[in-house]
Amino acid sequence: MSSTAPSVPVTRLQRDTGTALAMVGPAVLFLLAFILVPFLYAIYLSTQNLHLGSGQPANFVGLEQYRRILLDPDFRGDFYRALVNNATFAVVVVPVQTGLALGIALLLNRRLRGMPIFRTFFFMPVVFPMALVSVVWKLIYARDDVGMLNSFLRIVSLGHWQAHDFLGDPKTAMISIIAMSIWAGVGFQMVILLAGLQSISSTLYEAASIDRANKWQQLLNVTLPGLRNTLIFVVIVTTIFSLRLFDQVYIMTAGGPQNATTTVMYQAVTIAFQNGNVGNASAMTVIFFIIVLIIALAQRRLLREEREIA
Amino acid sequence: MSNVVAPGLRSATLAEERVESTRVARLGPGPFRLALNYGVLVVVTILFISPILYMFIASFKPNDKVLAGLSGFVPQSPSFNNYADVFSRFNGVQTGTYGGFFVTSAIVSAVIVIGGLVINSTAAYALARLKWPGRDLVLLGVIALVILPFEAIAVPLFYMLNGIRNTYFVQFLPFIANPFSIYLFYTFFVGLPKSLEEAARVDGAGPWRTFFYIMLPNAKPVFATVATLQFLASWAAFLWPVMMVDNPQVRPLPLAISVFQSQPPILWGDIMAFGVMMVMPVLVVFLVFQRWFIQSVVASGVKG
Repeated sequence: MSSTAPSVPVTRLQRDTGTALAMVGPAVLFLLAFILVPFLYAIYLSTQNLHLGSGQPANFVGLEQYRRILLDPDFRGDFYRALVNNATFAVVVVPVQTGLALGIALLLNRRLRGMPIFRTFFFMPVVFPMALVSVVWKLIYARDDVGMLNSFLRIVSLGHWQAHDFLGDPKTAMISIIAMSIWAGVGFQMVILLAGLQSISSTLYEAASIDRANKWQQLLNVTLPGLRNTLIFVVIVTTIFSLRLFDQVYIMTAGGPQNATTTVMYQAVTIAFQNGNVGNASAMTVIFFIIVLIIALAQRRLLREEREIA
Repeated sequence: MSNVVAPGLRSATLAEERVESTRVARLGPGPFRLALNYGVLVVVTILFISPILYMFIASFKPNDKVLAGLSGFVPQSPSFNNYADVFSRFNGVQTGTYGGFFVTSAIVSAVIVIGGLVINSTAAYALARLKWPGRDLVLLGVIALVILPFEAIAVPLFYMLNGIRNTYFVQFLPFIANPFSIYLFYTFFVGLPKSLEEAARVDGAGPWRTFFYIMLPNAKPVFATVATLQFLASWAAFLWPVMMVDNPQVRPLPLAISVFQSQPPILWGDIMAFGVMMVMPVLVVFLVFQRWFIQSVVASGVKG
């Protein structure tokens, strides 16, 4: 790292410092102005009682906003409902999407002609903006027999299926958003897992088949251990993605029906933007960040353990 | 299936299977297995992309034929009427224009991608290759910021930048510098062999020349990766425009389609035509530069 220092004359080093600051300056200024300062400002705002357009100056209220969000019986219901929804989303999406992505990756990881074409198709939804995906699926989920999914289920059930209002029923609204999100995201995980699969040495499989290990045993004893780090990565990314859930909810259900699909970010935006309650919304995003941080630290821990074993 | 097979027969099949699986390992699947593989793949793929097919077919159908159950997949009296509708329904100051939405998304994405490539790559180079006081601190700070999702700062940023809402500026400013992009560039530059640039520096080239003439030509993959990731994210940007844009003149495409599908009369054929036009540029770039796209996503995963 520092091997250039002795060989470069002092004048060069001084000039490097100037150049380095010029090179790093713009990015650092932008990061400070648009990420670090807003983040610190969020912490500050979360201790204030501040309403947009109220004409009232902000005043310090300590941890009152946090108390309101987490403890106050009048307000906490919404927040916990949002948290439960985010958690439900994560608990379903993470294993199902990862399992599907692994299945597709295993299917595509064969030396057969045409595999790249199939890979293209499975990856395609990843380039679709989530807003567009949500609009298309809103149409697929349309109630009555005119809806694509209702019509499909009616035909495969030989007419037994009763048309259902997927997004309008609190029982099915969240699972509908979940199914759509899995569709949109599975390609992302699939290409990462495919790369992981291709990095597993083929000699391991040869050794396994000499030992008469069947396909199942190879999957359990060669493939999955070889994918451990890749799997941890996709699981963490998908978990954090689950916490950030917003676009789909905003377009498809607006958090409803009866809060069935509201999320932490949806609440923060509604409170800040529609109610103008900047203090409360800031406290909510700080809590959001703490949850993300805990998950990210858990990831570091898991990855470090792996290194110690290896 | 297996519980109706007699025990003797069953072990025979197992033995056969074992023999077959060793043969498979060497020769690849037989014609039947091959056909089965492709059959399953084709069916799964068609089911998988049916929402995309539906969007395309619906965009060419009369509006009242779109919501019609599975027959939504049957093309009927195809025309470009829905596309024409999109342009005629967005035709002024009140509604905004499709061209305006497109230009907004294009300008915002272009500034984020190009500006981002410039400032994030130079910063990463200074962090990876130059010696200067405070370098380690800045590096640590950048890596710490990678964990911070935009959502965690959206609310204070909305409050801070409320004065410039409804501009192009407010849509791209927060996203030009990106800690994750810097991190991707940084790991790439650190990984390049030092001998590459030492020769240039001995010949008296300064950091800028070395960066432009030695590092850049060797760093095309990471530039492609960062450009792809930034472009996909900025073309799809939604949360931030929801908070900052209510003027249709500077409304980006994702927000525009969200408004379009919520304002009566709701004509699904028109909405799907809007969707097709919105995704076409990304889809074309994706199909042409597919390898880069997929490698970019993989690179973000492997390094992240």
